Amino acid sequence: MKGDVCLEIRDLVKYFPIKLGFFKTLTARENPYVHAVDGVSFKIKKEEIFGLVGESGCGKTTTGRCLLRLVEPTSGEVIFNGTDILSLSLEDEMRRLRRKMQIIFQDPYESLNPRMSIYDIIAEPLRIQKVTKTEEEVRERVTEQLDSLDMTPPEEFLYRFPHELSGGQRQRIAIARAYVLRPELLVADEPVSMLDASIRSEVLKLMLSLQKKFHTSVLYITHDIALARHLCDRMAVMYLGKIVEMGSTSDIVQKPLHPYTEALIAAVPIPDPTARRIEVVIKGEVPSAINPPKGCRFNTRCSHAMEICRKKEPPLVMIDEKRHVACHLHGGPEAPKA
Amino acid sequence: MALLKVKNLKMYYETLRGYVKAVDDISFDVNTRESLGLAGESGCGKTSAALTIMRLLPYNGKIVEGSITFDGNDIVKMGKKQLRKEIRWKKISMIFQGAMNALHPIYTIGHQITEAINEHENVSKKEALERAGKLLELVGIEPEKIDRYPHELSGGMKQRAVTAMALACNPDLIIADEPTTALDVIVQAQVLKVMKELQSRLDLSWVLITHDLSMITETCSRVAIMYAGKIVESGDVGHIFKEPLHPYTQKLITAFPSVLGPKMELSSIPGFPPDLLKPPQGCRFHPRCPHATEICRTKEPISVEENKNHYVACHLY
Repeated sequence: MKGDVCLEIRDLVKYFPIKLGFFKTLTARENPYVHAVDGVSFKIKKEEIFGLVGESGCGKTTTGRCLLRLVEPTSGEVIFNGTDILSLSLEDEMRRLRRKMQIIFQDPYESLNPRMSIYDIIAEPLRIQKVTKTEEEVRERVTEQLDSLDMTPPEEFLYRFPHELSGGQRQRIAIARAYVLRPELLVADEPVSMLDASIRSEVLKLMLSLQKKFHTSVLYITHDIALARHLCDRMAVMYLGKIVEMGSTSDIVQKPLHPYTEALIAAVPIPDPTARRIEVVIKGEVPSAINPPKGCRFNTRCSHAMEICRKKEPPLVMIDEKRHVACHLHGGPEAPKA
Repeated sequence: MALLKVKNLKMYYETLRGYVKAVDDISFDVNTRESLGLAGESGCGKTSAALTIMRLLPYNGKIVEGSITFDGNDIVKMGKKQLRKEIRWKKISMIFQGAMNALHPIYTIGHQITEAINEHENVSKKEALERAGKLLELVGIEPEKIDRYPHELSGGMKQRAVTAMALACNPDLIIADEPTTALDVIVQAQVLKVMKELQSRLDLSWVLITHDLSMITETCSRVAIMYAGKIVESGDVGHIFKEPLHPYTQKLITAFPSVLGPKMELSSIPGFPPDLLKPPQGCRFHPRCPHATEICRTKEPISVEENKNHYVACHLY
């Protein structure tokens, strides 16, 4: 049913240990970690497109991979259709479940095996999941996929290899591969950031038409808040492994509450010469995720930083029914915790 | 007077399968203290155009025709030595695509900037170092970081270091090839701000090459739109964005999502950019153009001045 929760993530944490040299491991007091994802919770409803927005290194890709168990989370819960997938056995149960959850990677130049033909690339998931019984069925499904992605006539593409295709065409193959199993959940990790603007919208349109056709829920990972605004129903803004703001996309873009979201929106260049020019609101760059700043992680770059921001970490609180924000400027201590 | 005047420039890559017409008869001017944006999708020849102006072409890139006049001298006719001593970096410098990888990993950034200074000017090492420190300050890097290696700097800082390097010998013109493509929005905004400040402070001219039209509206006063090796439209940024004439420009402008304006359907251009080995007959955009007529398939449109300083190459006008 539309509106039901498809996927829920609770307190997802992923720390990557840093390898030290031999002598350093003897003398170091504690092992350093990269705090890639640090307590992230959100829900994706059925047939919803949920955006995860942030700068590079904020942990958005790691979150996406954790919820497919492509990287094993340190702790937390990932509940897909009512089952906690972290308790499933990797080889057997998880493998079966992957039929329902697929991913599109960022770089179509690296995500397709250069030695496999287009036909084999798209047919591989069907073969692994044993969805189809005969080779005719496989062929039918593959050509159907190519057709629905405007790669016509499909016969012309079936026996080509990835190097014979342009970037836009490759990404269509990656989409075809993800959709051939008709998944319920799709993680789209910056699927168009490597493509030119002129072909970007074409590829997105095709992806959206498949999403509508198969009623897929999508986690759309992107650094482009303007694009997220046009695609997503709801979104979460991440900064250094934490969600700083979450809510409906139009609300966030029109009235950002967190200073980071505000800065992110202000920094987007506008394709209109009469519009206001960008003002750089925040200075510096993202601090290291090995030793994230104490208190609010954004306090080192925030123009509103107060004493409390340096000491106490703001929890993600509910401002109203649709909006969550983690900032000391909003929601007092009495605000209900998310 | 125009500082850089490119006229009827043709540059083809010689390959075993024939000539790739990467730059095919383009003309444009850059005036002093002006910034020109060169926009187009990947493979349209914009980087090739930049490399031609710098005469940094690979062995199979041949300038077939045309002239590149800089300050009254034709760069196409210059010898290698003169180019190196008098033009590159002294007059025209370049910020290469992927600044992250344009720095040498085993030398400090100070060393790399002073190398450019010492190569062109007769100054002592110490003086060059001092100047390098000042340049870093100019682009917003603390001068103490002069002894850092590229891997110790973040993406945005490397980008600024490369910009400082381009400024090393006080050039008149800087060609920036996709200077912010790999950067995050906030860092991109910071770099663009530095670039704009430098232009007014140092009387620089810029040629900004990008596929991102929104960056051009932020920084440039004039724009030239390239498609398949040709310039299809050029003029003032304000004019072109208000009233794009060429169907390709119109599509390109609406393909960008805006973060604040009204939410609208993103338009897309069907089909794929043409193969420059065998570009289509007639207008190169006709296979993807919604307004294509018989004449577009047979005759190549010539550039006409539709409004003042607004040129377009399309049979509709």
